[in-house]
This record gives sequence, structure tokens and C-alpha cells, in this order.
Amino acid sequence: MDIKDKISKLVPEVEFKEQGDLIAVIPAASFHQVAEALRYDKEDAFDYLRDIVGMDWGETLGALYYLESTTTHARIALRTETADRENPLLPSVSDLWKTAIIKEREAFDFFGIKFVGNPDMRRIFLREDWVGYPFRKDYDEKSNDLNMTNEVNADVTTEYILNADGTLSTEEHVVFQPEDFVINVGPQHPSTHGALRMRVGLDGETVSRVDPVCGYIHRGIEKMNESLTYPQTLALTDRLDYLSAHQSRHALCMCIEQAAGIEVSERAKYIRTIMDELQRIDSHLLFYSCLVLDMGGFTPFFYGFREREMILQIMEETTGGRLIQNYNMIGGVQADLHPDFQKKVKEFIKHMRGIVHEYHEIFTGNVIATTRLKGVGVLSREDAISFGATGGTGRASGWANDVRKHHPYGLYDKVDFKEIVYTEGDSFARYMVRMDEIMESMKIIEQLIDNIPEGEYRVKTKPIIRIPEGNYSTSVESSRGEFAVFLESHGDKMPYRLHYRSTGLPLVHALDTVCRGQKFADLIAIGASMDFVIPDIDR
Amino acid sequence: MNTSFLDYYSIQPITSWIHEALCSVMPEALAIFIECVVIGVVIVALYAVLAIVLIYMERKVCAAFQCRIGPNRVGGKGGLMQVPADVLKILTKEIIRLKHADNLLYALAPYLMIMASILAFSCLPWHKGAQILDMNIGILFVLAASSLGVVGILLAGWSSNNKYTMIGAVRSGAMLISYELSLGIIVLAMIVLSETASISGIVEAQANGWNLFKGHVVAIVAFAVYLIAGNAEANRGPFDLAEAEQELTAGYHTEYSGLHFGFFYLAEYLNLFITAGFASTLFLGGWMPLHVAGLDGFNAVMDYIPGVVWFFGKTFFVVWLLMWIKWTFIRLRIDQVLVFEWKYLMPTSLLILVLMVVLKVFGLVF
Amino acid sequence: MGMKQPKIRSMKYEEFKNNDYLESMVKELQDNGVNVVVSKLDDLINWGRSNSVWSFLLGTSCCAIEFMTLGAARYDMARFGFEVTRNSPRQGDVLLVLGTITNKMAPLMKRLYDQLAEPKYVVAVGGCTISGGPFKKSYHVVNGIDKIVPVDVYVPGCPPRPEAFYYGLMQLQRKMKLEHFFGGVNRKQPKPIDE
Repeated sequence: MDIKDKISKLVPEVEFKEQGDLIAVIPAASFHQVAEALRYDKEDAFDYLRDIVGMDWGETLGALYYLESTTTHARIALRTETADRENPLLPSVSDLWKTAIIKEREAFDFFGIKFVGNPDMRRIFLREDWVGYPFRKDYDEKSNDLNMTNEVNADVTTEYILNADGTLSTEEHVVFQPEDFVINVGPQHPSTHGALRMRVGLDGETVSRVDPVCGYIHRGIEKMNESLTYPQTLALTDRLDYLSAHQSRHALCMCIEQAAGIEVSERAKYIRTIMDELQRIDSHLLFYSCLVLDMGGFTPFFYGFREREMILQIMEETTGGRLIQNYNMIGGVQADLHPDFQKKVKEFIKHMRGIVHEYHEIFTGNVIATTRLKGVGVLSREDAISFGATGGTGRASGWANDVRKHHPYGLYDKVDFKEIVYTEGDSFARYMVRMDEIMESMKIIEQLIDNIPEGEYRVKTKPIIRIPEGNYSTSVESSRGEFAVFLESHGDKMPYRLHYRSTGLPLVHALDTVCRGQKFADLIAIGASMDFVIPDIDR
Repeated sequence: MNTSFLDYYSIQPITSWIHEALCSVMPEALAIFIECVVIGVVIVALYAVLAIVLIYMERKVCAAFQCRIGPNRVGGKGGLMQVPADVLKILTKEIIRLKHADNLLYALAPYLMIMASILAFSCLPWHKGAQILDMNIGILFVLAASSLGVVGILLAGWSSNNKYTMIGAVRSGAMLISYELSLGIIVLAMIVLSETASISGIVEAQANGWNLFKGHVVAIVAFAVYLIAGNAEANRGPFDLAEAEQELTAGYHTEYSGLHFGFFYLAEYLNLFITAGFASTLFLGGWMPLHVAGLDGFNAVMDYIPGVVWFFGKTFFVVWLLMWIKWTFIRLRIDQVLVFEWKYLMPTSLLILVLMVVLKVFGLVF
Repeated sequence: MGMKQPKIRSMKYEEFKNNDYLESMVKELQDNGVNVVVSKLDDLINWGRSNSVWSFLLGTSCCAIEFMTLGAARYDMARFGFEVTRNSPRQGDVLLVLGTITNKMAPLMKRLYDQLAEPKYVVAVGGCTISGGPFKKSYHVVNGIDKIVPVDVYVPGCPPRPEAFYYGLMQLQRKMKLEHFFGGVNRKQPKPIDE
């Protein structure tokens, strides 16, 4: 049965928008019913909630829910809204998808939408004493001065409950008891990979609760995008997840190209795909280095950086940048490949294949490493899907979620590669997924590097790009999961709303489940094996 | 056995001569007092110099393992003056006083730590006749003195009023006390082998062959166990849980700055040296040259090399071995550390003790 | 008496930019006048301090990754005496601010600065820390950390190349070499705030 018919049968008053993505507009009253039906659908359960995009449509506040089925990989978006701007209430779907807990917190933080039934309605990115909701269109950007007082974090969370008579009551959930031994990990901590803060409840050395506090590097990129033209928005994606710079920017470029109807040359597609894979190797090498460093091994750290430096050099020759390259453009890429590019890439692959055994000898086979990683921090497949833990983390738990396979873009439908899936779900599986993916990425590059067709590396585009009204989205497999761009255009030269799916936010959210009962040292190792980048979480 | 050159190098006559010369111009008590002061200064100076050497060595060794160069710009070739620069810097850093801490214990902890390590340090047999503290229970005294360091760590962690330091201190308390057991038992086994607990006696007992070779395979296993336990005692990787930079930022000394931090830093390296020094004393003959029973000519040639060279050579070899381990392995977890000690290392060391006694009783040692 | 010039090994004085800033600092110090013995002692201590710059990292984003490259084998900062990075603010000499400082992070950065032991320095690395960089217009980004803490050296770039890091750190060394440890420009706060 067609998905449209299914929803229409449940809610007759549903509207469908098909400008860009297929969106079902559902009244708030029957939203939870539809969501539940889709979640537990017998033929095609939409068990993976990709993202919740909070929206301010002027008169109404609401959210877009992007769903995907993990069996057929079909996608659908739902839209629901409320006209009450003073006290906006929407039903929570946190009982259906765990990831909704943190995604709804995000929408609450930015738009002030209260999700009835979500157990944790605290601010997530902004200070708890922040005034106003910055992503609303009527927000005054000057309303919050720099506040230099120390922030006090509440130890209770609020849940809003809608009573039968229509009144709202609140219930409080305790995060930490006063007698708990709570230590702060971060925001300045060597192993949080940036400015993440975790409040960790400890019982001796055993972790009893992890409460991530995000937002220490929340730069408001999505809000800034609303006042930038489309070519200008590109500049900020590289700074989101700086280890997936190419891939993030690739996603945004594809989204704009798709919406504006720009066709990219074959050569540009080749270059983009190769660069994406080089970036993936680069990121996974850094992952190796950081994981080992976080577990106290100093020497292997240098191994990873030794080879990573070769990739950076190859990239620098062509793009001019080491970490942040600003290489993808709307319509192609910034510059043509350096004449030495192919030669150097081939040299690198040869070198890497010859030296990867060193990585395994010093770390993978080490008895300390295996005892510290195997069986530690197990994330089950159901949890991985429910949390939306994509990328290597999900694949280590047995969830085949590689966007390159299931929704091919670039040239991934033309190359032959294996999707690495492990079933253990522990830290060791997460580590091995990345190490194997390095080999797969090299395989992909080898298939492409000699066949780059001649042609334009960039098609000419108009200096000002206008995108027809509608919702557009694309997703790519970034180095650490599904990175997606959700764009709503109202026909201007600037996006009405441009939202990025954070690859790391679900991982940080899952930390609490994964780490409970593990040792404190494992928390660090699990965090490293999850491989999140904080600026990508906070955006 | 021809020990003529050993006697020739012995500094016993010089020290006796100095003592007599002093006694001839002043009462003996004053002479002893002056000698004690001089020796004290020498120990502290040697301690500081060795720390500098060790830190420099560590940096160069780890650089070599990590495919880099290491310090090479400060003070001439090879960055020889790098560590003195660090020392000068640390001396001039501010010592921060904490508001909500136990100030007495907070200030006391680094001194306890350094005292423990200096006490153990002064028991090392440098050379024939050049041992500073030598008593008939010498090796037991070392065990006792070096345990004081745990108190320093615990106090530092507790008095800083910081959760990280607290975790670091408790970790190291649990770990050090456990590993002290294996260490003690292995030392006991070596006492059995050399029939004395005096350090100079243990060295002398190895005149006809080092303990490592005398005790068959048992002694070699004991050497390995000693190195593991000693590494843990010195709080170095893979047993550096008390510091665990990636977990606890700086472990038990997170709140210490300036000179106080410098003391911890120094003690860490000297504990490494002390561990290595006693490893070479117990197993590799201390200052005793390599002697093979029966080969008198060879032994005589070996005797030409002064004992102090032997001692430093062996000790730095063991130090290098321990550095190699540190820069190769990743850190263990606290439960693994304790399981390893109580389930594997302790029974092994007990077995070693029993086997050593059996070997000794039946005269199976060389 | 000639102008005192700080020496950095295998780098000429003229190769550095912003020398006028150092010269004005020297002039200001010389006007105050210094005892010969004290100034020799100063030189010794400054030699030690400038060759042992232990960094304390506040890495929030991209620049922190480039700093890791600096520590790795190819750029090996151990060569210059920057080897040790301490993770406790009590033991660092220079607060390296690597990456955007947001409004939520600002009070924490100030606190970390307060926790550093004197003498302490701050290096602002990357466009974001200098002025807000690409995020200047954001509602949640501090436009320049010098609004909150005194900054000694700015290293521009997004992120700066490792060579730029070195240039910045050498500028800091030059500055350290000129300062007077005994009285002078060292203490930036009248009394440090303890935690």
C-alpha cells in the first residue's frame, strides 16, 4: 500500500506537499497516532527517525520529522505545527524513538516548543538562564548580553504533562541526587575531543549516569545561514565537522544543486567522490590516533598522524587548505586537480597498504587493548536504530546504514565496495569498522583514480542563486555517520531555514545507555570509539 | 678469586682517610655531623642531576620510538639544556594556595613524596664502598621507605579538595599497596638466594655470577615480575592510573603548581631510577662486574671497568627497558590492574619464593 | 646602550614582524631602570622560561586538531621546548585558546585563565578567537577573546598552518625574553583568584 494512502486512511485531513521532499502535513492532535502507526507499521516500519527540524513559519511554530525505514530505506517527512506562539505545545514522540528526547530538546531550546511527554525538557545548547528562543524569526539578537557569571545546572528535568481537562502540569525527574558523586568531564578536558561537557555520576569507579551538557561550541551556524546567500552558506559547513569537511560541503552543494536544477559534470563527481574518500581515511586515521591516545598509548598516536600528514599534503596541493579546504562549490569544485594528484594518491595507497600492519601490531593485537575494548560499551542494534546512531557506531552494532549503499550519490553506485558491518556492538567492533573502512575507501579510490574523465570541473552558475519554494534534503555518509542537509526555501536568495543533521548528537545521547555500569576509564574509551566531533553536535 | 682491581677501585680507604683526618682536628661527633651534611648535599645534588638526565633521556627515547627528533634547539646540539630550562621555569612559577583545602597536608604531601624517594635513593649501591646507607636489613628498609610515597600521593589527592585528585589518589593507593606485595615477595626470594638482607651483602654475594643467572629460570621469571611490580610502584605506564592524563587531567597532582608540582614530577622519574637501580642490584649484581665462575682471565678484564660504570650501565639499561614498555603499551583499567596483581602476579611471586627456597635448600643454584 | 634584542635560534631579528611593539616594550622597561645584577638574573630566568613553554590547551574546535599536528612527528614541537602540554591549568604557562569561544564558554575560559599559575600568557589562535572570525555575526560567539582576558600573541588563520603556530609561539618567546621577572610587567592581575 502506498505510504500516502496509509496516512490518509489514518488521518483524512492530511495534506501532502511534494515540492522537493514528500511531506505529510498532519494536525498536532493526531500526530502521535500517525507517528506510532508508521513506527510500528507491519510492512515497512519507519523505525529510524533521522532528524527533527524545528521550524518557525511565522504564524505557526512546528517541526519536520524525517523518517526512514531500515528495511526498505524508504523515506518520508512529517510536518506538524501549532499556532500558539506564547505557549506552543506539540506531542512528544520520545516514547517511539529514543533520539527524539534530545532532538526535541534542541527544538525546545531554539524555538521554545514544549513537547508534551518528553521526560527531559531542559535547554541543551544555550545557558539555562538564556532569555528567549534564538531561532524564532522575531528573536532580538541583542537581547542576551555576554553573561560572565558561572552557570548553575539544575539537577532536575521537567516533563510537561497534558491533563485530561486541557491544563498543563509538570513533573520533575531527578538527574543527580545531592549525595551522588558527580564529576565534570569537560568542557576543558583532554579526552572529550573538544568542548563537550559530561556530568558523570560515579559509584566508586563505576559510571552510574552520564548527562551530556552541550553548547559550549554552539556558534549558531543555522541561524546565521538564514541571513547568508546560498554560496555564502557553504563557508560554514567545513567548520561543522572539520574532519568531514568535504563530505558536509558535498551534501550542501548537492542539496542546492538539486533544488536549483544544476547539473554537475562527471569530472566534478569523480573529484568529489575521491576527495570524500580521502577525507574519510584522514578522519579514520585521526580516530585511531585519538582512540589510542585516550587509552594512554602515546606512540600509536604518532603512527596515525604520520600517514594522515600525507593525505593533508595531497589535499593541500589541490585545494590550498590543510584542514578546512572550502573545495566543493555549487556546480562543481573550486579548482582543478593538481597535476601530481593521481600519482601521489596512488603512492599513498601503496604506502598505506604496506604500513597498516604496524597499526594492528602495536594496538589491535595488544592484549591490553583487546581486554579494554572487547565486550565494553555494548550498544544493541535496536538501541542504535532508536538513538539514530549512524555511521561506524551503528554499523558496529549490526545496523547496515551506509548512505553510500542505500541512497547512492556521487559515483557510489558505480564503484564496488563492501559495507562493513559488525554485530558485536562493543568498542572493539566500532574500532574495527573504522580500520576496515580505511581499506574499503582505498579500494574505492583505486577504482576511480585512473578513470577521471576530462571535462569541466565546475559548471558556471549565476552569482545569485534562487531556489524555488519547497523543502529539499540530501544526505551523505560523512566520516562519522549520516550527515544530512534539510533546506526550506521560500523562493529567496537566502534559505528560510537550513538545518544540518548532526552526526554526533545521537552518539552523545547514547553515551548514557552505553556507559552505565562501565568503569570511568571505559567512558573515555567508549567516547573515543564513538568518534564524535563536538562542533558538529553544537553547530 | 682475583678481586684486586675491585679493591683498587674501592673508595673505602679514601672515606676512612677523610674521616680520620677530620677526627684529628675536631671531636668525632662534629666530624660525623659535617660528613652527614656533606653527604646529604651530595645526595640531593645527585638526585637533581639524575632527574635532569632521566627527563632528558625520556624525551629523547620517546622521540625515537615515535619517529620524531625530540628537543634539539635549546642549548647547543641535541637540546641538552632543555631540561635545565624547564627546571628554572618551574622554580620561578607561582605556588598556588588553595582556599578550601587542608593547607598543612596539601603543603606536606610533595615533601613526603620526595623524602620517600630520597630515602630509598640513598640506599643504592653506587660503587664498592660508596654506599651511603648500608645496614643489615637494608633492602627491607628500602621497601619501608619507598612505601612512604603512597602516603604522599594519598595526602596530595585528599587534601586538594578536588574530585579528580581524589580518584587519582584512591586508585594509586589501591594499586601501590597491592603491587608492594609482589615486590616484597620477590625481594624475599632474592634475599633467600643471596642469604643476606644487606644491600652490600647482596651485591657481594653476586661476585661469582649475577642472581639472574644463578637462580635458573626462576630468577628470570622473578626479574620479569619485579619489573612489572616495580613499574607499577613507580606509577609509570601502563600503570600510570594515578595520573591518567586522559581521564583525570593530571591525577593526584592536578592542583599542584610550581615547585610543588616539580617535586612530584621529579619523584616520578627518580622512582623509575630507583626501581631500575634495585632491579640491577637484586638481579644484575649492582656495581659488581660480570663474572663467570671459572673464567678468571675474563673476570679480571671485567674488573678493570669501575663498579660505578657497571652500576649506571645496568641501571640505565633497565630504565630504558621500562621506558620502552611505557611508550609501547596503553594504560590498563583499574579493575584489570588489581585482577592482574591478585590473580596472577601474587600467586606467581609466591610460587617463585617457594621454588627459590627449594632450589636453595637442595643447593641447585650456582 | 643599544636596544636589547631577543634572540631566537636560526631566526634573524629582522625576519620577525611587529618588532616595533617589542621595542616600545623594551623602552618602557628601560625607562624604569634596572639593577645590573638583577637584570643578569632576569636574563637567566627568562632564558629558562622562554625555552620551556608548557602549553595548557583550551581546544574547542578546528584549531585544536591543527595543534595536534604540531605535536605529531612531522612538526614535532618538542624540538623547541614546547614539548609538554599539561592538562591542569595549575601547571601550564600559556593558555592556548584554540577555536571559537562562545558565550557559554566565556566564563569558563576566564576561570581557566584565573586558575593558571603566574607568570601566565595567552595566545589567541585562529580567526574566531581574534575577532569571532566567520562567526562574527552570530548571537552566541564572543567577538575576540581579548574582551575577556589579556592576550599576548595573536595567531591568525582558519586554522593557522603549523608554521604560523611556531611563528606565534616564537613571538611569545621573544616577549618573554624581554620581560623583567623581578618587578615589571609580569603580573597581570593584582592578586590571583583561587578556586
